[in-house]
Amino acid sequence: MHSFLRNYPTEAKLLAVLVVICAALSSASPSFLTLVNFTDLLNNNAVNVIWAVGLVVVLIAGGIDISFAVAASVVQYLCVFVFGWIGGGNWAIGFVVAGVLGISLGLINAFLIHQFRIISIVVTIATFNAFFGLLMFFSSGRFLYNLPGWWSDRLILWEYETSGGTWAEIRLPVVVMVVAMFATWALIRHTTTGRQLYAFGDNPEGARRAGINIALMQAIAFGWMGMMAGIGGLMQSHITREVVPNALYGRELEVLAAVVLGGARLGGGRGSVLGCFLGVALIAVTQNGLNLMGVSPYAFKMVVGLTILIAISMSNLDFSAMTAPKRRDL
Amino acid sequence: MAEPAIRLTSVSKRFGGVQALDSVDFAVDAGEVHCLAGENGCGKSTIIKIVTGVYQPDPGARIELFGEVVEKVTPQEARARGIAVIWQDLALFPEMTVAENIAFETMLGNRPRRVSYPAMRKRAVAALARLDVDLDLDARLNTLPIAQRQVVAIARALVSDARLIFMDEPTASLTQSETDALLDVVRKLSARGVAVVFVSHRLAEVLDISSRVTVFRDGRLVGVYPTEGMTQGRLTELMTGKHFETTVAARDVTGPPVLEVQGLTRQGEYADVSFTLHAGEVLGLTGLIGAGRSELGHTLFGMSRADAGQVLLDGKPVRFPSNRAAVDAGIAYVSEDRLSLGLIQPQSIADNTVMAVLKRITSGGLISPAKKAALVDHWIRELAVKIGEPTDAVSTLSGGNQQRVVLAKWLATEPRVLILDSPTVGVDVGARAGIFRIVRQLAETGLAILLISDEATEVLANADRVLHMAGGRILGEYDPRETTLQGLEAAIYA
Repeated sequence: MHSFLRNYPTEAKLLAVLVVICAALSSASPSFLTLVNFTDLLNNNAVNVIWAVGLVVVLIAGGIDISFAVAASVVQYLCVFVFGWIGGGNWAIGFVVAGVLGISLGLINAFLIHQFRIISIVVTIATFNAFFGLLMFFSSGRFLYNLPGWWSDRLILWEYETSGGTWAEIRLPVVVMVVAMFATWALIRHTTTGRQLYAFGDNPEGARRAGINIALMQAIAFGWMGMMAGIGGLMQSHITREVVPNALYGRELEVLAAVVLGGARLGGGRGSVLGCFLGVALIAVTQNGLNLMGVSPYAFKMVVGLTILIAISMSNLDFSAMTAPKRRDL
Repeated sequence: MAEPAIRLTSVSKRFGGVQALDSVDFAVDAGEVHCLAGENGCGKSTIIKIVTGVYQPDPGARIELFGEVVEKVTPQEARARGIAVIWQDLALFPEMTVAENIAFETMLGNRPRRVSYPAMRKRAVAALARLDVDLDLDARLNTLPIAQRQVVAIARALVSDARLIFMDEPTASLTQSETDALLDVVRKLSARGVAVVFVSHRLAEVLDISSRVTVFRDGRLVGVYPTEGMTQGRLTELMTGKHFETTVAARDVTGPPVLEVQGLTRQGEYADVSFTLHAGEVLGLTGLIGAGRSELGHTLFGMSRADAGQVLLDGKPVRFPSNRAAVDAGIAYVSEDRLSLGLIQPQSIADNTVMAVLKRITSGGLISPAKKAALVDHWIRELAVKIGEPTDAVSTLSGGNQQRVVLAKWLATEPRVLILDSPTVGVDVGARAGIFRIVRQLAETGLAILLISDEATEVLANADRVLHMAGGRILGEYDPRETTLQGLEAAIYA
């Protein structure tokens, strides 16, 4: 417990805030603390968590990616054509195709950043626009509904009928989310490559002098992000049963906010999978609570913005300093 | 005579038109503590980079590492043969734990492997044990003081079985007691047969720790000398090629009091500080880092507020709500950390010079290029700053000249009181003399100067009176004309 508090100070505080909000919401709305609401939250936010664990790897390596949500849309579109071309496909092929397409888009970012020594925010703003422009141009903004059956059919992996007659269920994206979280955790905590990513984000010059392959680091970070973007895109279309070119536009900032909320540092070298999950959870729970309490959806963004501000400010407070004796200034 | 660890003969290195090294020889014995001394730009860092394979020497050089002639040294080769460098900026990973930093080499390699945290800890423990140091392995590096980070950097070198360690300016940011602890570690390493090459221009330590000293000047070898019988003055002469008198500049100052500090107290920083600073006086304030010297300077400059006591400027009590108010009242403060706090490095010399007096060079609300140029010209001439063009970035200047630009910036505010906080940190011996000449000249014009420094030699040579501060209190006042260096240092390090 002590070492958790020390090594994950932001995560610990975030968890505390989340518990407080959950407690407040469960007393304010009887439908908040129910199994159905809980599984709904998981199903609806699994894609954000998948993206978040991809993005946190980029942030750990000292970069940032604005383009991943749009890249996910591009992957969705390309997938529809690839699956049509090979005559159907299945989940195994689906994951491989979406993952590979996503990795390719991520490697474009990594290549530009490394080869031309451009900072990642500039590169990914550029590719964000380029990806989106190309997508809108070639799709002419058309929606696609002709998804293969295996892709669009709901896959319920666990269900339970509650006493009230409603069904609590866990769908495929939640399982994919768990796998993505586990894989990312294993990468960043338990492989030498993952520790090199932290070191590279923490002190790039020190990493270079220690003999870390910088190009490889960028490729792994943005490749991992791309893979998660592609798989998240695949899941998103599975949920909505359609591909809409501008559906994911703007999601990148929501996910970025969640990841930073979860303790990742924009300067690199810090971030965790647990933090990603808690960050997404905090935003999701806040929104869900407002919904249940009948607050106007127009107020959501405002409250979510305030929540982010308060949580970030809290996580930067040093509680040990606050409890120290006050200095009297004249 | 011990076995040589490394032996370099006729090493030259040219960068474009600059001859960084001109056919120098350099040898270190196994287990020896050797010093590499010289002013900035003398070729010290170039030779380290050649030994460690960062640079390749020009043809004709012969490099012998631990008895074997090596044709081409690569960084991997150098590391494999047991050569490690502890860079001045340490090149550690502040967000990672102590154990991860020390055993970082276990995490290298392009092929992903499983990280074994227990194995990593074991290596870290072993390295720290060799240094007889106890550190919390799970602490994040950025929670440690700089001296302990230095220990981590040394431990990291030991993990890779280093037999020769270069330490680049290792004591630049350490207090005396931390330096002593570090030198202790160096002695232990030496006793175990690890050679240590100290690269430093804090000369007192150079003499204290090493058995031999190699001196470079302008890319040439001046000579290799035993430290037995070497004096500070002689070493300075060898490094600069000039003769410096260490005289005492102190004199009796009869000017009226300008700044009077009475019982000034700020909890946790300093307590009951009283002194008077006269016009035309250079008042030295010395003591260890952490004695509260800089904190006192901050309060005098309006950047923090005292809890008790008062400050009189020209006999009238003043209290500054901000440092802007202090500047307007005629107080200038040249901060300790010149590189990050004193200058905007990428901006031009001219822009840096006028930064604190922008209001004075405007006409009609806009900056007047003519007024700006006149002001910049005046101060560059006055302080003899060696520059190319005023539009060049400050980062292109040497440490000594950068310090002059900082001085120019504050003198442009036309202060009555100038607070100089450690003005010679990172400045060469030769350039130091130039800066103190300017300080002396400024005092002659009637400026009251508070000289904060942790180098006892510096305040003794340049101040009219010296105050000794420790634990936030002024413990004594010394007249440099009646005080020996030994006497003052005994008080400081007591």
